[in-house]
Amino acid sequence: MVLLTRKIEFSASHRYNNPALSAEENQRIFGKCNNPHGHGHNYTLEVTVAGEPDPVTGMVVDLADLKKILEQEVMRRMDHRHLNFEVPELAGQIPTCENVARVIWNLLEPKIPQGRLHRVRLYESPDLFADCYRNGAGRNGSTS
Amino acid sequence: MTAASGGDLKIELGRRYRFAASHRLHSVKLSDAENARIYGKCNNACGHGHNYTVEISVSGNVDPATGMIANLADLDGYVQREVIEPFDHRSLNDEVDVFRAEVPTTENLCIEIYRRMQAFPNAKLERVRVEETSNNSFEYAGEGVVSGSGGAL
Repeated sequence: MVLLTRKIEFSASHRYNNPALSAEENQRIFGKCNNPHGHGHNYTLEVTVAGEPDPVTGMVVDLADLKKILEQEVMRRMDHRHLNFEVPELAGQIPTCENVARVIWNLLEPKIPQGRLHRVRLYESPDLFADCYRNGAGRNGSTS
Repeated sequence: MTAASGGDLKIELGRRYRFAASHRLHSVKLSDAENARIYGKCNNACGHGHNYTVEISVSGNVDPATGMIANLADLDGYVQREVIEPFDHRSLNDEVDVFRAEVPTTENLCIEIYRRMQAFPNAKLERVRVEETSNNSFEYAGEGVVSGSGGAL
């Protein structure tokens, strides 16, 4: 089992606001992330695919394919977009790092042509990130 | 707000913090000569310091109302109180009780931070990773095994 990780970066804006809560509650829970006009981040996405290297190509997954999938599924949807208004997959959800990572997982998992998606790590800033795994998959690629 | 699909996915939240502290690696169970041989320059009598980076990972349900596993303000406040304030700009050997008896290697530091973070009430602690320098990092996930990576100290 070998893990291969591809990294991409995108920039997007978002705002944390739950319409079911009062303005005061939103402010208390989300703080400056509740500012009415939103704000943005440079996101870094690390996508890890697990598998055995193909005996002919030596690859876990063809990086050119992976790059194309990341471009189509993530960059076109999210780069230089407002996550609250322009990404239908996030409709009705607060676009936190946790939720965006899960949406990216759900977009990518069925598209991975070789191996299997092992981890999605999304950095909202260098000091804050969310990891998404399939439950039961060990961190080193094993199934526990 | 709607609950997101993908119920069999596990989501973790990771957060990085920094503190600076001094330490000296010296075991009372060893002779001076053995300490010098094993710990090398880390055994220098007056100690030395590092800029530590601590990575805390927690897991739990993503609350549909907030989109969060844990409110960052709660996590930050807890880490500040339990880890940063007691360790930052301190001597680990002289000012952190557990290191009066144990050698403050970064392996032991990882375990101590894990122990302190286990009581965080708002999410499940998954693991603690500590970078002692940009070349050395250590991880502890509570199973009694510390994994390290990196080169010479």
